[in-house]
Amino acid sequence: MMTKIAFVRKKEIPPSAPPITEVGLIGWLRQNLFSSWLNSILTVLSVYFIVIILWDFIPWAYGGHWNTKSLRECLDLDPDVACFSVLTARWKQLLFGLYPAEEYWRPTLTFIFLLLAIVPILFPKFFRFFWFSIIYPGLAVWLLWGGSFWSISIVYIGLTLGALFFLTLIRRYLKNYMIAAILAFLFTAVFFLFISNPLVGLLNVILPISLPFVESLKMGGFTLSLIVGVTGIVASFPIGILLALGRQSNLPVIKMICVGFIEFIRGVPLITLLFVASVLLNYFLPPGTNFDIVLRVVIMVTLFSAAYMAEVIRGGLAGLPLGQHEASASLGLTYWQSQRLIIMPQALKISIPGIVNTFIGLFKDTTLVSIISLRDPVGLASTIRADQKWNGIYWELYVAIGLMFFIFCWGMSQYSQYLERKLKTDK
Amino acid sequence: MEKTKINITDEVAIHISDMNKWFGNFHVLRDINLEVRRGERIVVCGPSGSGKSTLIRCINRLEEHQKGSIIVDGTELTTDLKNIDKIRSEVGMVFQHFNLFPHLTTLENCTLAPMWVRETPEKEATEIAMEMLEKVKIPEQAHKYPGQLSGGQQQRVAIARSLCMKPRIMLFDEVTSALDPEMIKEVLDTMIQLAEEGMTMICVTHEMGFARQVADRVIFMDDGQIVEQNEPEEFFKNPKSDRTKLFLSQILGH
Repeated sequence: MMTKIAFVRKKEIPPSAPPITEVGLIGWLRQNLFSSWLNSILTVLSVYFIVIILWDFIPWAYGGHWNTKSLRECLDLDPDVACFSVLTARWKQLLFGLYPAEEYWRPTLTFIFLLLAIVPILFPKFFRFFWFSIIYPGLAVWLLWGGSFWSISIVYIGLTLGALFFLTLIRRYLKNYMIAAILAFLFTAVFFLFISNPLVGLLNVILPISLPFVESLKMGGFTLSLIVGVTGIVASFPIGILLALGRQSNLPVIKMICVGFIEFIRGVPLITLLFVASVLLNYFLPPGTNFDIVLRVVIMVTLFSAAYMAEVIRGGLAGLPLGQHEASASLGLTYWQSQRLIIMPQALKISIPGIVNTFIGLFKDTTLVSIISLRDPVGLASTIRADQKWNGIYWELYVAIGLMFFIFCWGMSQYSQYLERKLKTDK
Repeated sequence: MEKTKINITDEVAIHISDMNKWFGNFHVLRDINLEVRRGERIVVCGPSGSGKSTLIRCINRLEEHQKGSIIVDGTELTTDLKNIDKIRSEVGMVFQHFNLFPHLTTLENCTLAPMWVRETPEKEATEIAMEMLEKVKIPEQAHKYPGQLSGGQQQRVAIARSLCMKPRIMLFDEVTSALDPEMIKEVLDTMIQLAEEGMTMICVTHEMGFARQVADRVIFMDDGQIVEQNEPEEFFKNPKSDRTKLFLSQILGH
């Protein structure tokens, strides 16, 4: 007998609520923690391990001593709890290194300004305050190292004059960007070679503003981590973009330079580069040059993470369909316009997790400077433990340092997730 | 429906002579000679791999030709980047896979090129964009992102985006091939409307109904060569070459 295949819908089925076991807390628990026997066993085991770890950790941390004079005193009171007194005694050193105590306000202020300066970059809503982000680097250098206010300002004055010169040329006299750029560069070079020094001298006489000078070897603790980390992050990002573009370039020379740079830097451990920065560079530079150690380290860390950044961004570029290049070309956009308006915004968006990953890695890698005897928090921990009073302490110190790093890195990670959600345009 | 042919002028819009192109050792276009007059509407068809897409992509230099010459609006395509950018800004192109910019809204997709290439002020660019979006009948989607639109809507936005540059020539590269059957009509209707307004158009397509309805000339390509070209009526009724007959029997036969 043939089955009847003709069918016509007689009534519409209205949508109804899902069964009670599928929604709410019970539904969530069933689906996520107890969906099968294996899952249930894993859930119970995990809870067990979390409990036994916290069972020991919480009383240890909660009952910790904060006000003893030495580790010995702690152990005499109660050997089973934490001895946070080391932090009470040495927290200033962990934050500021050997920075002169009466000048602590300067790194503190620099840090507060840092938070203000990154707001316009992170949140477009505040973009009108972007001018502060521009002046911040100069301000930070002046606050941290001190010296004459004018010798920092002159850099800004020179660059502004150069930019104005360039714009005037373009608007009034020339159409060729290349020639205008070269002329503006020469103009700026002349300014810095011949005019800036006398001008700084003059300004120092007319209106002397200066802070006591603090040398680089005094920088330490989280101040140093932030100096190296933040500068590295800010500088490696644009260099990474240029390297990634260069690696995809049609011009063989540019491509070769970029590939060579990236492969070389990635193939060498950061510690090696830091040793080069601390020891070898002095051999290559003319005797008597005093090339600041912090600057040398910052340059090495920047180059190192720029190479990684370039590869991360190249991944994003490779993820874009060829059609995007073709569409922007077919509309008559030039190479740089299409990179800036079409390609990079999408490639960077794809690369956000990788970029932030590199940033976080860079920030934590700043602790390696302790190897070349700079006093970052990890280097300071060794110094503190060498002190007779705190000899033998380790948990408390490293937990505190780890926690500080965690706060910064977790912040970066949270921001990247926020950014990914915000830039999602397909739903 | 009667076609309007009054639009075709004597002015030459595109002149291609003895043009050859290779992909590596593969000779993909061979001795192409083609003259397109202003206002003319041309449909290019042929089996896949026949070089029809490559041909129109040479016209705005998305592909580089190695021999012969291509002159668009009186400007010859050479390695001179300025000429290329100028021609590209006057020749609009619509792609099979839309290629909208997913990080920009529909409206921003449409205003971007006029603002950066033509340096049109934002207000004016927005007005033009809204006008074009109305022309393709989706002004209400102006503030959505491409990912939120259907395929047919995306393709119409892509057409509007090209039109915002006020192009003198439009190239259509298999624009309905990636669409669901339900959406093909809305895109074809937009193209028909454009054709009736007298736009110079070259369309690579398999939509033979469209070819019959709007084309002034149908070109059949195979193996990188132009095999046959004729007015649509004659082309479909009395194909001369065996290769054309075979092709037509295959695509019209079911």
